[in-house]
Amino acid sequence: MFGRLTLNAFLHDFVQTQAVVGMVVGAIALVIGLTYFKLWKTLWNDWITTVDHKRIGIMYIVVVVIMFLKGFTDAMMIRLQQMLSVGDSQGFLDAAHFQEVFSAHGTTMIFFVGMGSVFGLMNLIIPLQIGARDVAFPFINALGFWLFASGALLSLISLAVGRFSGAGWLAYPPLSSLQYSPGEGVDYWIWIVQIAGIGSTIGGINFLVTILKMRCPGMTLMRMPIFVWSCLCAVILIVLAFPILTATLAMLSLDRTIGTHFFTVDGGGNYMMYINLIWAWGHPEVYILILPMFGVFSEIVPTFSEKRLFGYASMVWALLFITFISFVVWLHHFFTMGASPYVNAFFGIATMVIAIPTGVKIFNWLFTKFRGRVHFTSPMLWFFAFLLNFTVAGMTGMLLSVPPVDFQVHNSLFLIAHFHGMVIGGVLFGFFAAFTYWFPKFTGFYLDERLNWYAFWCWLSGFLLAFMPLYMLGFMGATRRLDHYEAETGWQFLFIVVFIGAIILFCGAIIQFAGLFWSIYNRKKNWDHTNGDPWNGRTLEWSIPSPPPIYNFATIPTVNSRDPLWEIKHGGSPPAKKEYEDIYLPINTSMGCFIGLFSLFFGFAMTWQMWWLAIISFVAIIVTLIIRLSSADKHKLITAEVVKKMESDQIRSQKSYG
Amino acid sequence: MKIPKKPVLPMLIAAGILIFIILLMQPFTILKFGDKIGVLFPKGMIGYEQRNLLFIVQALMLLVIIPVYVLTFMFSWIYRADNPRGIYDPDLVDNVPAEIIWWGLPFVMVVIVSVLTWIKTHELDPYKSIESKNKEMTVQVVALQWKWLFIYPTEKIASLNYLQLPVNTPVRFELSADSPMNSFWIPSLGGQIYAMPGMTTILNLIANEPGNYRGSSAHISGEGFARMYFNTKVTSKEDFDTWVATTQGTTNKLEIKAFNNLALPSVMDPQIFTLEDPELFDRIVNKYMHH
Repeated sequence: MFGRLTLNAFLHDFVQTQAVVGMVVGAIALVIGLTYFKLWKTLWNDWITTVDHKRIGIMYIVVVVIMFLKGFTDAMMIRLQQMLSVGDSQGFLDAAHFQEVFSAHGTTMIFFVGMGSVFGLMNLIIPLQIGARDVAFPFINALGFWLFASGALLSLISLAVGRFSGAGWLAYPPLSSLQYSPGEGVDYWIWIVQIAGIGSTIGGINFLVTILKMRCPGMTLMRMPIFVWSCLCAVILIVLAFPILTATLAMLSLDRTIGTHFFTVDGGGNYMMYINLIWAWGHPEVYILILPMFGVFSEIVPTFSEKRLFGYASMVWALLFITFISFVVWLHHFFTMGASPYVNAFFGIATMVIAIPTGVKIFNWLFTKFRGRVHFTSPMLWFFAFLLNFTVAGMTGMLLSVPPVDFQVHNSLFLIAHFHGMVIGGVLFGFFAAFTYWFPKFTGFYLDERLNWYAFWCWLSGFLLAFMPLYMLGFMGATRRLDHYEAETGWQFLFIVVFIGAIILFCGAIIQFAGLFWSIYNRKKNWDHTNGDPWNGRTLEWSIPSPPPIYNFATIPTVNSRDPLWEIKHGGSPPAKKEYEDIYLPINTSMGCFIGLFSLFFGFAMTWQMWWLAIISFVAIIVTLIIRLSSADKHKLITAEVVKKMESDQIRSQKSYG
Repeated sequence: MKIPKKPVLPMLIAAGILIFIILLMQPFTILKFGDKIGVLFPKGMIGYEQRNLLFIVQALMLLVIIPVYVLTFMFSWIYRADNPRGIYDPDLVDNVPAEIIWWGLPFVMVVIVSVLTWIKTHELDPYKSIESKNKEMTVQVVALQWKWLFIYPTEKIASLNYLQLPVNTPVRFELSADSPMNSFWIPSLGGQIYAMPGMTTILNLIANEPGNYRGSSAHISGEGFARMYFNTKVTSKEDFDTWVATTQGTTNKLEIKAFNNLALPSVMDPQIFTLEDPELFDRIVNKYMHH
């Protein structure tokens, strides 16, 4: 009846029990809160069934914040264990639990925090920047979100029921094979990533079509904002790379459930193929995360330098160049597997080539500031922190790309320092910059600048302290994922320094979290009275009120330059005419949420091998899809009269509030 | 925009000081730990070459990084919004010669590093034997759950979690595993390579100074993997021969049965064996070949 699931799966050690109790209490508090404030109806009508890209974007960000706190807690546990577990001391986690923690940390941060922030930003910004009222496939977009949310929920469930994978965030076989990991952990990992990954694929398809087909009149490809360009490159990568992930995971799960031999050691399987395939997805994946953040900075730096972007065409070519090259470098993740020097040198050099367009981008940002008027607002602070850390991480990336050097630092903490410089210094700081930059657009008020200023210093100093010593630890022979080491290694001193850095980082995250609630509480004081253009912006999203009305643009704009709003402000083109028309928008649907829910059941059933539940939920997914896809597209009408009234109401309330 | 003014100069100075402190930590760490920093103070020719290559690439990269840092601080200060003397030129959005410079500069840098990479990757190919006046020796390495087994086929001995090598003698490591994938790494001697079940990989290293060097597995292979470290003792040829003779005299015998016991998941202290089964390594590699 319950497959492999027994009561034992609910028994955990002290540390994990605390986490589970915290999670359950949180969930109960949420339910009570929703009931007390009578919010269930709002939640269902305005959020769960919505197909509005802005609301879906906000839901992505909410999941990101929750998963970020989980991933960060994992990180603090790793740091604490590595500081304590020296010589005779065993720390506070046993080896198996420690390995689950770092596997969960990587999985959470890449698949939910990283991908979530990318999709959150794409949902929120792309339609507004290309002058569209909607995305190309609103239902597919909602479905993508709900699959993503199911994956996230399944990973939270894995905390409470059974054990998570201890095979690292990419679960290399043979370690992840049935032979060496017979438990449910790797299956949890497979289905968490599989469900979220399918959500990413279909979400990517939606945005690919949205960008190519839904741009407003006059917006040629070479007039798109760079953020949209960077997202176009990212979704091309998503559409090409994620199917590889899906197929690879499918093969791994077949190996584990029905005994095929794709990646096994015996029976003619080849686990090196898994490592190739997973990185054929995995390397494009890191560019899927960083490219949109390059786009974010390309929007922020010009706005706060009161200039337009320097070298637009260069920026576009650099993006396309990176997109192409990112598919031919995957082998640099395993130079140490014994390939010939010809193979290693080829992939090493291909990797270095990426430094050229990346360098060009950095110089273009710097020269956007040149002869500008640079305002150090919150987003610019994050750009500053990004530049300082990303260049160093880029440099160490160059070192890693030279195979003979890589042999000496691969799998060491040097590598950890390098890629955290990329994902924290690049992706996370980029997300923080985007969050502070576009926050007023979707709420109508600013985030508290002072608290952000403190958070910025915590993150900058904390990052340097928490990750720079890791380079030296790598040189000392400290490898990644160690739950214990001998006192004679002398590493403990640096691990203590690193832990202090991690605490400072944690303070930064807490300040930001508090800052978010403080800003909401204090919103009257921080109200944006500019009718939707708080930063003196250049692109279309700043030409509409904040928060944007459900239809985004009352009048579809026509553009004739790269920075349409800038042109209007500088007299280059006439202000947009206000002509109201009837607007049709897709109606809400609960199908996306239901398919997400059935996928959650399916993933859980497959993990625990409850075949009956797996079959039922799979059939339910297919039936729901068929019902949805065979029903006629229904739209709701907003008449020109109503649009006109909504516009003037919003402008009035925006100006008078606070 | 009703944004409180940030003190730009104190901010830049504080960031500069932070970075300076972090940079200053490096020489202190180096002075404090010295030879424990195996990658920077290698004791073998391969590690030495790899370290030098690291320094060269690092120096070349600094030629790009330092200007970026200088420009970041300079432009932030000169073009701050409230600088009365800052030149403001909002239409400066294109400059072909300038862009050629920053497409060209990284390009030249990458070409130089690429040539270096091509040459050095071939020169330091782990499969390539090391030239030396001393005769090369072979050590077969088997990664187990969770220990390292070293087989000396010529000397007919074996050791567990302990590796002894003669100084100035090229060593050809043949690696395999009867466990999930591991990575064999002795930082003081040189770069690592994976040890994989059902396969053989090769790593050529040489130790040029006597001493004790820590080796470990750099790749996760299950619960006990953190305990997969071992001491590499490099001694004179004479001391090595003495150790071989002692080991040959031990009653602890290694054949397939004893090996199968060792291969069970566990963590163990160092041991020495006489090698009863000269084909043992091939048997381990071919374990998954069905005839």
